[in-house]
Amino acid sequence: MAKAKSAYSIPGKKGKLDTHIIVVWVDNEAGVLARVVGLFSGRGYNIESLAVAEVDPKLNISRITIVTTGTPQVIEQIKLQLKKLIPVHKVADFMRNDKKVIFKEMALFKVVGNSSKRKKALNACKKYNAVILDKTNKSCVIQITAMRREIDLMAKNLKRLGLVSLSRTGAVAMTRGADTFR
Amino acid sequence: MSKLYSGAEIVFKCLEDQGVDTIFGYPGGAVLPIYDELKNFSSVKHYLVRHEQGAGHAAEGYARSSGKPGVALVTSGPGATNIVTALTDAYMDSIPIVCISGQVPTHLIGTDAFQEADTTGITRPCTKHNWLVKDVKNLAKVIHRAFEVATTGRPGPVLIDIPKDVQFQKTSYTKYKKQKKLNGKAKNNFKQNEIDELIKLMSNSSKPIFYTGGGVINSGPKASTLLRELVYATGFPITSTLQGLGAFPGNDNQFVGMLGMHGTYEANNAMHDCDLMINVGARFDDRITGKIDEFSPKSKKVHIDIDPSSINKNVKVDLPIIGDVGEVINATLKTIKKKKPSFAKSNKQKISKWWEKIEKWRSVCSLDYINSEETIKPQYAVQRLYELTKDKDTFITTEVGQHQMWAAQHYKFDKPNRWMTSGGLGTMGYGLPAAIGVQVAHPSKLVVDIAGEASVLMTMQEMSTAVQYSLPIKIFILNNEYMGMVRQWQELLHDKNYSESYTAALPDFVKLAEAYGCVGIRASTPEELDDKIIEMLNTERPVIFDCRVDKIENCFPMIPSGKPHNQMLLGPNDQKDKKITGKGKTLV
Repeated sequence: MAKAKSAYSIPGKKGKLDTHIIVVWVDNEAGVLARVVGLFSGRGYNIESLAVAEVDPKLNISRITIVTTGTPQVIEQIKLQLKKLIPVHKVADFMRNDKKVIFKEMALFKVVGNSSKRKKALNACKKYNAVILDKTNKSCVIQITAMRREIDLMAKNLKRLGLVSLSRTGAVAMTRGADTFR
Repeated sequence: MSKLYSGAEIVFKCLEDQGVDTIFGYPGGAVLPIYDELKNFSSVKHYLVRHEQGAGHAAEGYARSSGKPGVALVTSGPGATNIVTALTDAYMDSIPIVCISGQVPTHLIGTDAFQEADTTGITRPCTKHNWLVKDVKNLAKVIHRAFEVATTGRPGPVLIDIPKDVQFQKTSYTKYKKQKKLNGKAKNNFKQNEIDELIKLMSNSSKPIFYTGGGVINSGPKASTLLRELVYATGFPITSTLQGLGAFPGNDNQFVGMLGMHGTYEANNAMHDCDLMINVGARFDDRITGKIDEFSPKSKKVHIDIDPSSINKNVKVDLPIIGDVGEVINATLKTIKKKKPSFAKSNKQKISKWWEKIEKWRSVCSLDYINSEETIKPQYAVQRLYELTKDKDTFITTEVGQHQMWAAQHYKFDKPNRWMTSGGLGTMGYGLPAAIGVQVAHPSKLVVDIAGEASVLMTMQEMSTAVQYSLPIKIFILNNEYMGMVRQWQELLHDKNYSESYTAALPDFVKLAEAYGCVGIRASTPEELDDKIIEMLNTERPVIFDCRVDKIENCFPMIPSGKPHNQMLLGPNDQKDKKITGKGKTLV
């Protein structure tokens, strides 16, 4: 590195990284997701997961939920930059450990194996609202809803019980109580 | 039933309602219906460029010098991709541009049709917003919205992509009334207590400085007037970024010169040592701050900006005030007048020591250079140009490189909108087409592009445009046969390995001028320089001026590698004492 030469400054000290869940309400129009995602990639922000769907067909509003990590300064920039996009209506920001907010992800597990293995798999999933969506005499598809880390753990544990395929969503978030985010 | 108009007609109806009388463009297959309508709308004059990048920069020059949005019209595919550089340039420097591009018919989109490109995809990161209009019924609404987005809040470029079939489709049009309003994204709701806090900081400060930027220019001429009032009322020193030059008179005693990498010794030292920095419409760019960890360590920082995302982006500030610069200054002035009518007087004593210090830095004369009787020093050329044009309300554009910095250092501006330079993106080839745009906006004014020979060759073809419309722009080339700034950095950082920075085959610029049908003038000695410049000024046609300057002159002062503001290189002699070594070599 001693010999390397650059026209720009060296990076400063990196601050502590926090995980945040950013919720963005946008006009549901062509290219809007690309604008949001392009902002993240273009400015070097990180996306851990992403969930997006229309929530108000009448007003044509979609809700995008993005899990991201960054220093407080970067998170602040993400919010301010998002708010500048023309189709963005509002932006909410929650810390992952915020007790006032519910975060959930959904996962589908396909387990292939004998009935005892499948039973064990289902049992292991029990505390995460497990639902069996499909069943054959060799396999089953289990749906769970849980936090990201819990799903990570389940995916790891189910491996030895015959997990052959995993599909999961990004996180969605909602505040507890009667209030909504304005 | 109301009359039906084609999409192409609606484009011009909208331009008329927006008060647009000038567009820069280049025709092609996917915009032919729009070009076909041009003849029916005499209020809109079209300037045919030679390359779409030229249309973009001309629109920028037009916008910067007039305060009105610049409009460019290009075709699909290569037409659109060619203007991407200009859009990015406008985005970086916050210039309002409305670009209308043609697109292949809607049923061909996505089929890799002839001259098809994903224009909205390509321009998404370099515009404030863009639209693909797939239904003619939305066209008028989108165009008017586009002008609103481009011109309100922090200005910037927008693009409207119109497929060819939409240009033929018909619909009705209702006249649009321009409303004076913010677009909902622009924030201007600063609070009086923030103004009070600012005034408190100002009265407590003994080492204050105003650090002003392009936001003052963008806020309109009124903002510059108010800024002057505020600066005079407070007695504080003021420095400016490259983009802010002209907002405050360059030859006023309170002006300590431009700051940043090639700013003056007094400006950078004052920034480093101040106890209160009032940033008015600037953005703490890396060419300004130098080493960020040691940037102005002892100061309280106030940041006035219309764009909330500029706050705390690079430098943490103590008091952000989000709003239009002009209105914030106005509120500040009003409050001072009401609450502290004798502010300047009571303050004078307090900051007198500070001024003494600044005068000491100033006495270093950091912009000085060793003049020569044999060769024209580039700084001398800019100084002579300034002396011979300062009484003429001159508009200056530049390309990018050493000549740009010398122009910024030695040409003193006393009015806003007279200085057009590519700062954020640093686009070589900006100045010539920008000068065309400026001359179109101000037909009777003197417009000079202070250029480098390498930059100007990038968009030289636009001389043909200048000749076609008899635009008497003056291209003042400081010709040292090198990409001077590249050579300077290779000298300082790469052991004088001048890799590919010398242009071994340059055209004869005088003959080139003649080939284009304009006038070529050459100056090779300091002795003949004045006469030649006067000859240029007396020529009523476009001129290419080949000013042969010293080939190895470097641009000083300079904040060198890895150093904060208070450790500048002052000149070639200074450099030997402070040789850049070790870790410092990795930075500039």
